[in-house]
Amino acid sequence: MMKMQSSILPLDVRRLVFEADSTRLLHDVGFSLQAGKRTVLLGPNGAGKILLLRLCHGLLTPTAGEVSWSGGHERARKHQAMVFQQPVMLRRSVAGNITHALAAHGVPRADRPDRAEAALALAGLSHLARRPARVLSGGEQQRLALARAWATEPQVLFLDEPTASLDPGATRAVETLIEGFHAAGTKIVMATHDLAQARRLADEILFVHKGRLLESADAESFFDRPQTEEALAFVAGELLW
Amino acid sequence: METFVTAFSEAGALLVSFDADFLSIVGLSLRVSLTAVAIACLIGFPLGTLISLARFPGRGGAVLLLNTFMGMPPVVVGLIVFLLLSRAGPFGVLGLLFTPTAMIIAQTILVTPIVAALTRQTVEDLWAEYGEHLRSLDAGPLTTLSTLIVDARFSLTTAVLAGFGRAIAEVGAVMIIGGNIEHVTRVMTTAIALETSKGNLSTALGLGIVLLALALAVNAAVQLINGSAARRAALA
Repeated sequence: MMKMQSSILPLDVRRLVFEADSTRLLHDVGFSLQAGKRTVLLGPNGAGKILLLRLCHGLLTPTAGEVSWSGGHERARKHQAMVFQQPVMLRRSVAGNITHALAAHGVPRADRPDRAEAALALAGLSHLARRPARVLSGGEQQRLALARAWATEPQVLFLDEPTASLDPGATRAVETLIEGFHAAGTKIVMATHDLAQARRLADEILFVHKGRLLESADAESFFDRPQTEEALAFVAGELLW
Repeated sequence: METFVTAFSEAGALLVSFDADFLSIVGLSLRVSLTAVAIACLIGFPLGTLISLARFPGRGGAVLLLNTFMGMPPVVVGLIVFLLLSRAGPFGVLGLLFTPTAMIIAQTILVTPIVAALTRQTVEDLWAEYGEHLRSLDAGPLTTLSTLIVDARFSLTTAVLAGFGRAIAEVGAVMIIGGNIEHVTRVMTTAIALETSKGNLSTALGLGIVLLALALAVNAAVQLINGSAARRAALA
């Protein structure tokens, strides 16, 4: 179904500036995202990665510059999803969280239960379908958030530090799911400060530091040959601030 | 102390006697207050949600006003409605003064700010949590509104109960507007005031006990509908 629709990619970001309370948090950021590759926004906390994700997804309006999707903004909105660091769990059942998202996407009522069931099976949550979502563990909640995003069949999935507050086991489960989405053709755009995770998941790296995009490179060449001092230090595991 | 003992036996006697006068007083109390709360919810839920989500000039003032109106003295509301409905007032021609309808109007004015203000707070807190997810879903205004109201349902019952508590317990407005006319506008609180002023303290206290039992029954019913405490903890 997804493949029959024309792609909303590439995403072109040009001269993006974001200011809050007259403090400039992003300076002249520009890049282009193509379909296929897993893109990781890498950088220390407070670098502006999450801001960049939110601007691309349309949750924030840039002070200056442009975020443009192929085929226009309106069409693109329906074909992207975002998973947050702290998953937002509606006060409904696990399955209810998914059918709600499907309803918001205009999926006919009759189709919702099957699609919710498929998404839950994928995330290994079928046995919890009728439980209130808010009693799930942190890892289960994040898997539900991923399943909920997947159910709406996004072409692009934004992930905001999805494993930042999870233990290694839950992190592995979430990463496996992300790999699955990638294999199914969903464009992955993830922000993380976790170097090891970036090494595991990234095809290409956008290295962000202090509100500036310092490097944009294939993962391999970024990790082998960082071009800037900051990236060199970050890859070497030194503390940047 | 003797008054209390007599009061309990009077209350018991009132409850088992099914005295027609007594039942009509209880019935009118419930009818007026429940109707007022229902109308207040119809106005207060959307109004509170609107104020919590909309950004307009003077919004801060609106919130301040709403919160202030929560504490409006019933006698003042009664007096204002009295002036509006009295023969010389703008709505005098309707001839509503000293009728249950007028009492419902007064209590609706008392309860609506409570429901609206508590709804605003509840929905605003929920929006802080849900906002990004709903915007990420590109949910339209209708979906957003219904999601917030449905998911706030357990918290909103508290607003409803607060409103009901206010309505069933107030005496100032119904006294002025209704006039405590026997068989027409006498409700539990005005009956208690009357019995007290007549010196029938144990009868007054007996009525008070029945009023409390009534409030208890309504709250228990709501709690039953809401489900177990564990369920609420998971969903609220």
